[in-house]
Amino acid sequence: MERKYLLGNEAIAHACLEAGVDFVSGYPGTPSSDVIDTIRVQPDRSFYVEWSVNEKVALENALAAAWCGVRALCTMKHVGLNVAADPLMTSAYTGVTGGLVIMSADDPFAHSSQNEQDTRCYAHFAHVPCLDPASVQEAHEMIRDAFLLSEEFGLPVIFRPTTRICHSKGDVDLGPAVTSTRKGEFHKDPRQYVVIPAHTRVLHKKLNEKQAAIRKRLVEKGFNRYELRGKTAVIASGIAASYVQELLPRGVSFMKIGAYPIDEEWLGGFVRKHEKVLVIEELAPEVEECVRQVAGCVPVFGKKNGYAPYEGELSPAAVAAIMEKAGFLPKNPFPQVSPLQGLPPRPPILCAGCLHRGMFYAIKKVFKDAIYPSDIGCYTLGLQLGTVDTCICMGASITVASGISHSGEPHDVVCTIGDSTFLHTGIQGLMNAVYNGANMTVVILDNRITAMTGHQPNPNTGITATGVEIPAVSLDAVCRACGVNFVETVDPYDITGTLNVLHEAKKRKGVKVVIARQMCVISARRAGVKRGRYTVDKEACTGCGTCVRFGCPAIEFSDEKARISDLCSGCSVCAQLCPVGAIGREGKR
Amino acid sequence: MSGSFDILIVGIGGQGTILASNILGEACLIENRHIRGAETHGMAQRGGSVESHIRIGGEFGPLITPGQADLLISFDLLEALRYSHFLKQGGKMVVNSHMVLPTSVFTQKLTAPMESEIIAGLKKHHLCLLDADSLAVEAGSPLSANVVMLGAASSAMPLKYESLLEAVKRLVPKKTMEINVKAFETGRKAGGTS
Repeated sequence: MERKYLLGNEAIAHACLEAGVDFVSGYPGTPSSDVIDTIRVQPDRSFYVEWSVNEKVALENALAAAWCGVRALCTMKHVGLNVAADPLMTSAYTGVTGGLVIMSADDPFAHSSQNEQDTRCYAHFAHVPCLDPASVQEAHEMIRDAFLLSEEFGLPVIFRPTTRICHSKGDVDLGPAVTSTRKGEFHKDPRQYVVIPAHTRVLHKKLNEKQAAIRKRLVEKGFNRYELRGKTAVIASGIAASYVQELLPRGVSFMKIGAYPIDEEWLGGFVRKHEKVLVIEELAPEVEECVRQVAGCVPVFGKKNGYAPYEGELSPAAVAAIMEKAGFLPKNPFPQVSPLQGLPPRPPILCAGCLHRGMFYAIKKVFKDAIYPSDIGCYTLGLQLGTVDTCICMGASITVASGISHSGEPHDVVCTIGDSTFLHTGIQGLMNAVYNGANMTVVILDNRITAMTGHQPNPNTGITATGVEIPAVSLDAVCRACGVNFVETVDPYDITGTLNVLHEAKKRKGVKVVIARQMCVISARRAGVKRGRYTVDKEACTGCGTCVRFGCPAIEFSDEKARISDLCSGCSVCAQLCPVGAIGREGKR
Repeated sequence: MSGSFDILIVGIGGQGTILASNILGEACLIENRHIRGAETHGMAQRGGSVESHIRIGGEFGPLITPGQADLLISFDLLEALRYSHFLKQGGKMVVNSHMVLPTSVFTQKLTAPMESEIIAGLKKHHLCLLDADSLAVEAGSPLSANVVMLGAASSAMPLKYESLLEAVKRLVPKKTMEINVKAFETGRKAGGTS
């Protein structure tokens, strides 16, 4: 055994190696991405790893591998499970032979997400077990056991860590990684794998029949457990259980829920031993609803009677406040403090030299007060530049654009979508827009990588998850195959050239595609690309502020003059914008 | 209540707060102590304000409650002020005197407090202010400012000097080890022994 200080996701990845995972697929999404990023660089054992183009594709691949008897892991963020929901629901009917673990990472407080949905509800909906760890160490143990549980019941198992597990760290005891490998074998069994009505009705019944045994097993496994200490009790799940444990007074019983479905008989037995019960969990009241069903006349405190919030993430301070309000703590041990008001905020911002900034500038210059649907990626930060009017889910820039175009809205519609998002779920929307005759411009922001989640490769990058070189997909050819006649590729560092193409696109009817291609500045820096920095000629600078309004973090302004800091990556766009030519390459003036 | 020693490291995405957290984690492993941490990942890192929670001896959740941190290490002067409410009464602050102005100051015409105002505000606490950027250059690389800051805060932590130094050696890239060891020592000197 070895002890290491690891990120939750690294510990999860290591546990999968200890479980002898044979097949790994997923689509990047914060906070889940580091699991595959850790696994895909393991040199010691040969097994299959892919970054898939989207979560549905990832899950279907992993499901098939598990049908062939090997152990499969499929990772995604919570909203990715919406995309994979179609195979998920029926995979519970077909079941699996090899262990299939679906990691769907939730993001309470939406640190890097578009919503705060709760994966536990999906597990409930699909009738599959769900494991919900309270710490990094427990995440490690749970996902290792999840493969066994999946094989024992022949069902996919959902593993649901939250941001504060994935991106928290702890000292973790690790076991040895498995060195042997398995080969898959598909045994034909149409009654299991062909879900025609006659088969699926039988499978549905079988799935329901498994549930009672699963509930019992999760208690036997110790995922759900309790300590009797007094007449009142706190029941907590996930990371909230860790917060509760730190605060729990002596004499208050404690139940920790780490797995679903919960055994109601067992739960009821515990609840009814108490005079009142408080339920603390993040997001949906999954545990609370179960507790209320079995509580009888025992008063239950939780979200449904206003003691705990439905939204956001919990913290030790929030948990202390809930416990105090419900009368489980005599006094909140944390005196309230407030942050200082009025400081200029420092939100995330597009990097200095990011291709998106130049492209957004050019789009705004040409299309002015157009409607700008956008999508999920670093470029959602274009909100700060006034060129993001909508963002709902992956791929929805193109579909929202065509919807607006067909609604009768008179303004131009120009949508932006990244290369990875386009390949994820953008293509269908483009095909649909062309087929149905929308009038719109689609700008594909092509930085050749899935940047926001940590630079994972995609089919447009030219390498696979494990670093094998492959021919990159041609975005141009894909768009033409969808029926787009106007497909132009521009370099967003060349403002004049980009403006010319956008003007041309604006003039034409139908669906036009402009591909803005330039490497992500972070990947460029890692690849050793050196462009030389730019500098402001203090004498020539008139202090007009054009460059400052461009919003590049490398451009500062003091004493009525612009200044370029060492964040500059040499994209040259500010030099092209300066009306008096006061910006030039360092050392060349 | 837990008996952990709670350290909040704050800065701007890209300044190396995650490596600093890893070094503290490694030092805890060397001393066979438990540790919990939480940090900012994902898009929030792109030049945004970032925080890393570290609970030495922690056995429960990773988050530090505002008003409860024993030590605040800030890689940027303005960020020290932004997170100063995390420090408990009598807690210590180790702060880089260098400030990167947020882009919002230029694009939204917001005003940032003057350096002297920030320092005056921070002086309510037990403050150790140092120019980590210059010290890092002195040590051999501007990229070692994070290790300078750790060095400056090292004597305020319940971890042995030897463990911290060993952790620095284990975690920094091999070819920068000498520079980082120097950065740690330089920082430790600048931070004093209080």
